[in-house]
Amino acid sequence: MQGPAEGRGGYPGRVILGVDTSLGSAVGLIGRDGRTVADVAREGHLGHAEAIGFLLEQVIAAAPASDPDPLTHVAAGMGPGPFTGLRIGIAAARAFALGRGVPVIAVPSHHAAALAIIEAGAPAEPFAILTDARRRETAVTVYEGIDVDGIPHAVVDTVLVPQADVDRKLGALRRFEVAAISGAAVARVARRAVAAGRTLTGSEPLYLRPPDARVPAAPKRVGP
Amino acid sequence: MTDQPLVLGIETSCDETGIGIVRGRTLLSNTIASSMDEHARYGGVVPEVAARAHLEEMQPAIERALAEAQVRLEDLDAVAVTSGPGLAGALMVGIGAAKGLAVSLGKPLYAVNHLVGHIAADILTPDSVPLEYPTIALLVSGGHTSLLHVRDLTTDVELLGETVDDAAGEAFDKVARILGLPYPGGPEIDRAAVGGDPAAIRFPRGLSRASDLDRHRYDFSFSGLKTAVARWIEREEAAGNPIPVADVAASFREAVVDVLVTKALAACADRGVPRLLLGGGVIANRRLREVALARAAEAGVTVRIPPLPLCTDNGAMIAGLAAELIVSGRRPSTLAFGADSTLPVTEIQVAEDSSGAEDALVRAGAEVG
Ligand SMILES: [Zn+2]
Repeated sequence: MQGPAEGRGGYPGRVILGVDTSLGSAVGLIGRDGRTVADVAREGHLGHAEAIGFLLEQVIAAAPASDPDPLTHVAAGMGPGPFTGLRIGIAAARAFALGRGVPVIAVPSHHAAALAIIEAGAPAEPFAILTDARRRETAVTVYEGIDVDGIPHAVVDTVLVPQADVDRKLGALRRFEVAAISGAAVARVARRAVAAGRTLTGSEPLYLRPPDARVPAAPKRVGP
Repeated sequence: MTDQPLVLGIETSCDETGIGIVRGRTLLSNTIASSMDEHARYGGVVPEVAARAHLEEMQPAIERALAEAQVRLEDLDAVAVTSGPGLAGALMVGIGAAKGLAVSLGKPLYAVNHLVGHIAADILTPDSVPLEYPTIALLVSGGHTSLLHVRDLTTDVELLGETVDDAAGEAFDKVARILGLPYPGGPEIDRAAVGGDPAAIRFPRGLSRASDLDRHRYDFSFSGLKTAVARWIEREEAAGNPIPVADVAASFREAVVDVLVTKALAACADRGVPRLLLGGGVIANRRLREVALARAAEAGVTVRIPPLPLCTDNGAMIAGLAAELIVSGRRPSTLAFGADSTLPVTEIQVAEDSSGAEDALVRAGAEVG
């Protein structure tokens, strides 16, 4: 465990765009020095498809004045989150990266929430990130500080917990109910992953649920 | 912009991830990745399965299209995308990608209508004489069955009628299942119908009675036909008779084809338009093409059928439509649009940037955090 938020420190030289639509719609940009160049968001589950273009445009417009360096990576928040919205940000992030010829770094969205909490003065003990997973379920990841690479250390991987069971399952564990993920925080997690040469998650979103589809039974009788 | 704009089109309204690249009316790539195999065990397109597949296929499909067209992203004049109609969650993957790409490249974005895209497929057909207006268009697929009066591709498309329940392609899938045949049903029904008598069983023609024609002259209904087939089979089975699968398949297909062609040619006659354009994946059905060509010839109607890879859902038709819009002087869409699963066919382009005022309003909604 390193402390407090910077870990090995430095992670220089990356200009990273972070995109996350796991909760609201969020886009952020961090410069070569790691500082936030722009971080914009629109809250709410709906309207990701409508919002994402403007948010990207806003952040790009903010970039040249304060940070003339070209983009080196795009970070995509991979969820968990409601699927339909979640995919929009990932699709936009990948296409944006393709347009600039830079790689995409996949970041679990809870890592970004955890890093923001740690940066803001983390509790020393383990804590849980909770986000609404719909269908009366909550997505929960338990973290404890940061690891040697400066990346929030998940001691329990993300699971879905029925809302009614959250109290019983988490007990006295400190909880952070998160309603928004910052695009810049997604980028900051990616920056540390790039510096460490680590892959944080696969290319598939953290769906946590299989698609709603049933293999049909034999055709029903229609006759009398 | 040039009169031969280089456009990349993204289409994700159903189960095909389509990326097309055109230069004006010249087709450079029509790249399609289909998730059809993943839907087979469900007997129909599952929206969530389709949307997941679009996300995974998007980037590789764009890269393949660029390689085939031998162009670079920075050479594009515009990006185009389907805004609707279609499956909302599936459309949104394409919209997210299109917006990301357009903003990244600093290129204009055109959000267009999927159904009008099917008409635009015709103008990309190599070595074809230009499409003449007006024309009646019959678009038939697993997702839609629509009859249109097209006076101009970029400005004037009228919906004459559409299905009130199942799409024609869906009817093929459902009847295939009743007959114990796999998905997708179209080719399976065709295979089963070989040697069958299309006149063996007189299945009902939906919305074709005089009493229906007042209100639904150009509308289609295939749900009753599917039920009629199921009932017929149950009756025969109950009577202990073997099911003549070839006759059932041929007779069912004939009922679908008959009603499609009859209504399309009625529209041609009523509107005084001696031209019929066919589009959509069900046009792959050979019997539909045969009957349409034969009966149109009798009626003095010229039929146009784009090559099949341009009839099924594809990105090239989306790029082609956008290229026509650009050449006709239309401004790009704002970034404000979303997916519209029931987008009316009269909205050929969505969210055209008219004044900039609307733009500013939407921007104001994005709070700086
Ligand atoms: Zn279609």
